[in-house]
Amino acid sequence: MARLDLSNIKKSFGETPVLHDISLNVADGEFVSLVGQSGCGKSTLLRIIAGLESPDSGDILIDGVSVRDSAPKDRNIAMVFQDYALYPHMSVGENMAMPLVMARLPLYARLPGMRSVIPVGRRTQPEIRGEVEKVARQLRIDHLLDRKPAQLSGGQRQRVALGRALVRNPQVFLMDEPLSNLDAKLRVQVRTEITELHASSGLTFVYVTHDQVEAMTMSNRVALLQAGHLLQVGAPNALYSDPASLDVARFIGSPEINIAAGEREDNGVRLGQALLPVSVTGQGPVQIGIRPETLSVADAPGLINPGPSAHLPKLTLRKRMIEDLGPEVLIHGAFDHAPDALIRVRAQKSDAYGASDDLTRAQSLQVMLNPQQLLFFDAQGQRLEARAQIAAEVA
Amino acid sequence: MADLAAPTPHWSDRIRPKSLRGLLGTLLLFLGAWVMVFPFIWMISSSLKPTDEVYDSDFTIIPKTFKGWENYYAVIFEQPYLIFLMNSLIVCIGILVIQLLTAIPAAYALAKLKFKGSTILFGTVIAAITIPINVTSIPLYIGLVKVGLLDTYFAMMFPFIVSVFAIFLFRQFFRGFPDSIIQAARVDGFSEIEIILRLILPSAVPAMAAFSVFSFVAHWNDLYWPLIVVQSQDKMTATLSMMQYQSAFDTDYGRTYASATVVTAPMVIAFLFARRLFIRGITMTGVKG
Repeated sequence: MARLDLSNIKKSFGETPVLHDISLNVADGEFVSLVGQSGCGKSTLLRIIAGLESPDSGDILIDGVSVRDSAPKDRNIAMVFQDYALYPHMSVGENMAMPLVMARLPLYARLPGMRSVIPVGRRTQPEIRGEVEKVARQLRIDHLLDRKPAQLSGGQRQRVALGRALVRNPQVFLMDEPLSNLDAKLRVQVRTEITELHASSGLTFVYVTHDQVEAMTMSNRVALLQAGHLLQVGAPNALYSDPASLDVARFIGSPEINIAAGEREDNGVRLGQALLPVSVTGQGPVQIGIRPETLSVADAPGLINPGPSAHLPKLTLRKRMIEDLGPEVLIHGAFDHAPDALIRVRAQKSDAYGASDDLTRAQSLQVMLNPQQLLFFDAQGQRLEARAQIAAEVA
Repeated sequence: MADLAAPTPHWSDRIRPKSLRGLLGTLLLFLGAWVMVFPFIWMISSSLKPTDEVYDSDFTIIPKTFKGWENYYAVIFEQPYLIFLMNSLIVCIGILVIQLLTAIPAAYALAKLKFKGSTILFGTVIAAITIPINVTSIPLYIGLVKVGLLDTYFAMMFPFIVSVFAIFLFRQFFRGFPDSIIQAARVDGFSEIEIILRLILPSAVPAMAAFSVFSFVAHWNDLYWPLIVVQSQDKMTATLSMMQYQSAFDTDYGRTYASATVVTAPMVIAFLFARRLFIRGITMTGVKG
């Protein structure tokens, strides 16, 4: 149980800066994901929290106490690594017991063979075994305690790594891409298990991932990093619906947000043949972010008909390719007026089991935009405020 | 269903060459093997001969006059052969243990710890491999004379207690050890020494076995340094004891060869037993987590 505060963390490797002035507060019991592409500095930040790297400047506070100069073992944190980092020559039980052995026994009692000879060792031995077994039961790996890591499957190793982190009852639980070595099916399952673990343990979690779906589904808040900068911190939905910049909008959401160039006009923003009845703050060119799932296709065979939204601005989409995902289809194409900008539309089928053959034959489609669901950015990618123009709506 | 398993070949098929190229290859290998083995045959043959027959122009492998009993009796019973063997063992094991004790922490530091100057330090280690013992032996000898430690086990081991080759070998091996395991250990509260003892060493057994063989054989066979620092018979190593049959006036070659055979035998026998370990050490693989 602890809150974690990072203030003005800076770090560079040689001449290359990897973290620029990162500040982040994680509340007690919160689940925060650090998400970003590989090389964005998220793992480095996690290792700085763990004490495996030291920051060039800035401070790390756990429960208000600076741990900047403490060794990893004195921070009362636990960490789960991407490749699980199990001790290869020790059994599962020994792996899980290690953090407790290290914490409770003095050095001389930890020497090989001494644990069962020295009184302290003899006293703590059954107590450690009890705790290991308790956590193992909780993770359903109690039947594996005598195995070696090499004899386990990926999912089992993952659980052992979680167990080793859990036994020490840490204040902060750090995870570095713990799911990326699992196959897709198992990943979804373990994702749920980690979320449940967070709920039942009430511990503070910091979770590093490059997968926005993991970040969105598991965390209370998501911190998005790019090239060593903290772009935005917020609830998963806030990052999706209210991104601070184009980079955030691009990263969150799958398939990626469409970007179309718009022009300011007196009574709105022009996008090809459509005039969007919105007024946008600032000056200069406008980039319009259109989420693929907010576009709807009018009168398309086999797709859900958007119905009474006929007054929405329409654009012609030249279709290039269709991906049939089962219940929905992904249409790749480009607007008539800008054939170079790729536009993706994600549309629900009217019959989830229906075929998309008719759609495959169609050359171009009428696509409707909902101006309220559009995101506007300036040329530098900063978010612009947009307000609906009542007057334009009449026109 | 067709029987997919190949029929077991008759033993003679395995040694019978399949073609002319195969025949040439076999011949070449046979020649190579002969070059390797012939000195041993010569050694054993000569150890059974009287001295005047060893350099007889009319060479035969089977001795004309059999002096085997006398030669071997003299080597094994007329000198403290067991003392020599024990001296060799003490020196070889002592050197090996201290080499492992010094090289493993040094190699770990060079492979896994980040500190200023580690690259230069490693460069120095590589450079040190190129320095031959003959260069350092005179200053070392003079030093040992000055402190009065000549003719001691210490003097026999001292130049070899730090092996740069071992540091290099272990450093290369340790580099393959996953960093994340070391980091997990640091989070779990291991000290650096415990990381070495509990995690690195168990995975480095093949490398240690390979190095042990190299080191043990090298120092068992070493004649040069014991010849310099050993003065009395009770510190003489087995290899050095061969020199006893040599004097300024004449050399008993039969006995020298018998002595060489007796000294070589333990190593050859040990190698035959540990061959598997030795080969595994040379073709060592990394850790799979």
